[in-house]
Amino acid sequence: MTISGVALLAICTLLGGFLGDLLGVALGVKANVGGVGIAMIFLIAARLWLVRRKLLSHGLKTGVEFWGSFYIPIVVAMAAQQNVVAAAKGGPIVIIAGAGAVAVCFAMVALIGRLSGRVETMDEIEAREAETLAAPVPQFKSGRVA
Amino acid sequence: MTMLSHVLVANSLITAFAAVGILMWLSGAISKYFTFGRIHGSAIAIMLGLALAFLGGLFTGGEKGVADLPALAGIGLMGGAMLRDFAIVATAFEVDVVHARKAGLIGAVALGLGTVVPFILGVLVAAAFGYTDAESLTTIGAGAVTYIVGPVTGAAIGASSPVIALSIATGVFKAVIVMIGTPFVAKMIGLDNPRSAMVFGGLMGTVSGVSGGLAATDRRLVPYGALTATFHTGLGCLVAPSILYFAVRAITGG
Repeated sequence: MTISGVALLAICTLLGGFLGDLLGVALGVKANVGGVGIAMIFLIAARLWLVRRKLLSHGLKTGVEFWGSFYIPIVVAMAAQQNVVAAAKGGPIVIIAGAGAVAVCFAMVALIGRLSGRVETMDEIEAREAETLAAPVPQFKSGRVA
Repeated sequence: MTMLSHVLVANSLITAFAAVGILMWLSGAISKYFTFGRIHGSAIAIMLGLALAFLGGLFTGGEKGVADLPALAGIGLMGGAMLRDFAIVATAFEVDVVHARKAGLIGAVALGLGTVVPFILGVLVAAAFGYTDAESLTTIGAGAVTYIVGPVTGAAIGASSPVIALSIATGVFKAVIVMIGTPFVAKMIGLDNPRSAMVFGGLMGTVSGVSGGLAATDRRLVPYGALTATFHTGLGCLVAPSILYFAVRAITGG
């Protein structure tokens, strides 16, 4: 049933929010501490449990995945209702923080790559696999775009 | 005309679905025909959303972007904290623990660094621009992680709407640079094997940025990058409003 998926998601979200609030109180801040993250962990755990028990039905999956696929449209709606007029006054902050973060991360990709030694490139892997298997080159699934 | 607006107001959430749907479709078309797929439709849609919020703010003089227009009040519900958290939690359902193990230690290291390093940078930039309260600093820092982590964190710890808008814009800008810039620096940073693609995905984070950037570099690397990038938002939503917020609070003494 689709509703069971939606309900599972709702229970995980509520539990996460509740624990996040509790954590906030325990730590003495007026904030929800990591509620969304905690809820995600519940959902991942629930999925594992359901898969093991073979209880993961199509309807249940549909119920959760529908809301997952709704995530970008909801973020668009969220963006459309912010106080951008006030934010525009702080414009340069966006460019400096955004570009800076990317630059630093690019540098770290290069650094980690150098530190951890050489590995086979994609071309070499494919060449080797083509030789040894003499079979069609494996098809790579394209990544999920979210 | 009044009848039409009555229908729109009476069905505000449905109106919001239609409006956002049209915006997404338009963005997809812009992505396809004007940027040749270079910039992902979702990034364009979010930028358009911010732009519309700007216009809405100018037009109504209000603080809630287009949601201040009576016909589009449903946008406020659709993009509000309730449905947003619900949808973000749902994305965790697609996380496969078996795949997670494949990414291994190096993926985990990249993920950790990819969260903490942009955060620190964002906080420093925000501090340089005169923000002193822990909530604003944390939210802008979280925006430098991804455009999701920013608003989730901001809403959780109670940051103001302009600061949340800044954090979304920072995250979107980051995603766009990753999409456009990756092919140009790919060679320099050794982006030609699955492992560096996983490191890349973990460090950059934004799934749309990573998959767009990798697709333009080498299509075969996309699944490896997306593998680690999918964990990025969840990790960010977990640590930014908690550990990182407390670290900032401890420093600012808020």
